[in-house]
Amino acid sequence: MDSFGEKFGVGQPVRRKEDQRLLKGGGKYTDDVNVPGQAHLAFVRAGVAHARIKGIDASAALEAPGVLAVYSGKDLETDGVGTVMTDAALKNLAGEIMFRTHRLALPTDKVRYAGEPVAVVVAETAYQARDAAEMVLVDYDELPPIVTAAQALAKDAAAIHDEQPDNICLHWENSTSDAYDAAAKTAHKIVSIKLINNRVIPVPMEPKCCLADMDTKSGRMTVYAPFQGGRRVQGALSEMLFGGDGTKVRHVSDNTGGGFGTRSKIYPEIIAIAYAAKKLGRAVKWSGDRSETMVSDLHGRDQVNEAEIALDPNGKILGYKIINYVNIGAWVTENGARLPVDGGGRIVGGVYDIPVLYYSCKAVMTNTVPTDTYRGAGRPEANYLIDRLVEKAAHVMGIDSRELRRRNYITKFPYKTQMGLTIDIGDFPKCQDEACKAIGWDGFGARRKESEKRGKLRGIGLTSFIEGAGGRPEETMRLRFEKDGTLSVICGTFSHGQGHATVYSQILHDKLGIPFDDVNLIQGDTDTAPEGAAGTFGSRSSQMGGMAIIRAADIIIDKGKKIAGHLLQAPPTEVEFTEGQFKARAGSVSVTEIAKAAHDPAKLPEGMPPGLDETYLYKRASRDDMNFPNGCHACEVEVDPDTGGITIVDFAAADDCGVVLNPLIVHGQVHGGVAQGIGQALTEYLVYDEETGQLLTGTFMDYGMPRAEHFPDMKAVFVPTPSTNNELGVKGAGEAGCCGAPTALVHAVLDALRPLGVAEIDMPLTPNRVWHTIQSARVKGAA
Amino acid sequence: MSTKVSMTVNGRKVSADVEPRTLLVQYLREHLGLTGTHVGCDTTQCGCCAIHLNGEAVKSCTILAVQCEGADVVTIEGLASPDGELHPMQKAFWEHHGLQCGFCTPGMVMVACDIARRKPDADEATIRHGLEGNICRCTGYQHIVEAVHSGIQAMNQGKR
Ligand code: FES
Ligand code: FES
Repeated sequence: MDSFGEKFGVGQPVRRKEDQRLLKGGGKYTDDVNVPGQAHLAFVRAGVAHARIKGIDASAALEAPGVLAVYSGKDLETDGVGTVMTDAALKNLAGEIMFRTHRLALPTDKVRYAGEPVAVVVAETAYQARDAAEMVLVDYDELPPIVTAAQALAKDAAAIHDEQPDNICLHWENSTSDAYDAAAKTAHKIVSIKLINNRVIPVPMEPKCCLADMDTKSGRMTVYAPFQGGRRVQGALSEMLFGGDGTKVRHVSDNTGGGFGTRSKIYPEIIAIAYAAKKLGRAVKWSGDRSETMVSDLHGRDQVNEAEIALDPNGKILGYKIINYVNIGAWVTENGARLPVDGGGRIVGGVYDIPVLYYSCKAVMTNTVPTDTYRGAGRPEANYLIDRLVEKAAHVMGIDSRELRRRNYITKFPYKTQMGLTIDIGDFPKCQDEACKAIGWDGFGARRKESEKRGKLRGIGLTSFIEGAGGRPEETMRLRFEKDGTLSVICGTFSHGQGHATVYSQILHDKLGIPFDDVNLIQGDTDTAPEGAAGTFGSRSSQMGGMAIIRAADIIIDKGKKIAGHLLQAPPTEVEFTEGQFKARAGSVSVTEIAKAAHDPAKLPEGMPPGLDETYLYKRASRDDMNFPNGCHACEVEVDPDTGGITIVDFAAADDCGVVLNPLIVHGQVHGGVAQGIGQALTEYLVYDEETGQLLTGTFMDYGMPRAEHFPDMKAVFVPTPSTNNELGVKGAGEAGCCGAPTALVHAVLDALRPLGVAEIDMPLTPNRVWHTIQSARVKGAA
Repeated sequence: MSTKVSMTVNGRKVSADVEPRTLLVQYLREHLGLTGTHVGCDTTQCGCCAIHLNGEAVKSCTILAVQCEGADVVTIEGLASPDGELHPMQKAFWEHHGLQCGFCTPGMVMVACDIARRKPDADEATIRHGLEGNICRCTGYQHIVEAVHSGIQAMNQGKR
């Protein structure tokens, strides 16, 4: 090992080992998997948004060629299939627990959103299943649909769930508003804002797909489906269909085409498919298309925020008040109501020192696809709100927005937030400086003039943001030495684009001196994943998985020293371990030799159990013991006042992702997050028709996915402050990008439009919206 | 009812009886087992399904197999050399970390090769424009654009 760690160690831009296969078309995504004799399934979906189900007539479908069965919610009920309920149990100030739904995969009483699955048809071929699904007749008694939180809260609104007539799942408050009201009384200025955080959808490029293969001999089912961690599928399906016997369900996913939070969710389709496979004793496959995926993947965001900050004469924030309405859709899913409180709520004050907080959040049910975790999971919304307020305050008070931010940044660490969380470390002013430097803030005036000459409006804007990463506080990893001298990392974390095979190999190359190419990753199979392995979500794998690897490796080194001491005839305390070699008294043995020796009783010290493999369950002290990626993003735009079209001319991201294990990969995470954030701010919007409750933007024809042309060459720099909450010093890099980008873009556009008298605008900044905003400002200006 | 169709795929002569409504992408994936070509949408927007048809990039979800009678088709599986060495464009994607989940990648690479053929002197803006029919949700396109740029250079230098 000539250049130890220089090429393949931690911190190096190592090229990914997973790529060769993917580049040659050898990836194995779920739809690429087929088993002999598989049947095909199609869903019958609700064509209306809100209705009682009077009856389902499947007689014609059952007669159609190739059809094997039609199942509806009644069948599931008869066979005792369980329901899904969130484990969230948030309480209001009076101590009452939130409303929770018990969702049967196929509903029997009502349909609650357009596209909700109502029945399944299984046939010999996919065409036959689809054709027959069209023949299933559902008799509906229609109810008025409700698609916005405001509609749901109206006095005479219909109830989505009869048991909860007011449609409020949860009204959560952090405290009474007394303290804030008192602070506001002493304030020099109150700055308020009303914002809509538009509903968007994660859109992993791999559409939803599932193959449930029932082996009637063993009574065991293998489920192939794109997922961010298979233990959840295993747990849910065994609970619902196999009396809780986890050994009866195996989940396999070789490659998954993106996750972004939504691929960590148990969804009704997967339960219905598994049910059909079990019932028929056959393999059943469903390949969802994009249109189906758009109403099956849980949606994200969709908040209405009314908020204000109270400021002293210097622009220092005295208090912050938020009234938040979150549209959680038709069902109370795992995190729908939890996101604004436990997700975004964690960092609700952003990077700013907020001495007093009043936060009220109403999670409201509507006839729409439920909203749940999407990259950032509540944090993009929280950062967007506080920073829009700070930006507005700067203009109201006539203070440069960079200076006003500076006056309010948290600078003393550890910092305990009003939500009770402790931010361990960060350097927000430095991130701001770096972002401004990267975008060339100081030269902006000249660039604006140049644009003016061409009749264009130029604007520049920035935002500072913070994230709270780490998710569930435990994860298990197993390290196994193979006979061929390689080392396998066996895990339940799941790489669906993040490059774990590469990063884990770098960590082990550094730690144990194993050649980079000799580390294998075994993932995506519940049969091999160790107990207590959760999966990949909440930007947790480098931290949780990485730390479990480090700890397991520590134990291996310890044990290795004892074996080496025995072989080299030195006391273990004299044995040193560096660069993969155990050394003592002139002699040395490599870790792979020790691994072999560990299986030879002749070479082991007395009483030592054979083998060098290790499994480690890493636990953080508590769930709150997380890490806080943060940063500052700056954006420069040019707006065409005649068309409302926006060109992003420059974008700079200064990110603090803690210690960077692989800059190439972390840059990739930042770019991806930024692009999704820009997407939300620029083009993406899930629009429901308020009269019919139909989703109007259910394909890529009308849902504006960001494309290569929307972006400039981004500048991304790192401003690392190592996390003090894990020895690697890492902070989750996955979700930060979309916490900053939308705000930076909106601020830049507002800067461009401000000379026209525009003070507010809501996302997405489509040409249509920008043009209308310009026109109404002109009319107002002329009046 | 089924129709016979014959074509050359990755240099191999193939023929089969297919339902007339069979899309080229279905033929490739389901009949020939070439699952490297992906389906990401149902409205011809995403480009995950791009292949080369008689030397030009085409979305294989938008053409029927029977329309390709006698055609020469190359899929992502046919791009690397027989000994497994990556095509310069594939190599550039690897070098520049132009893929994360890999789902959009086959289509991206096929279209990138087409850009190289049509615009050997493509600059960044041309490349971004050339990729307008391909959606990637993971990378933010930055590394893809860098990869395509360097892949084009490599192809120009005759590294195949
Ligand atoms: S699958 Fe062909 S363009 Fe999307
Ligand atoms: S790499 Fe995942 S969609 Fe492009």
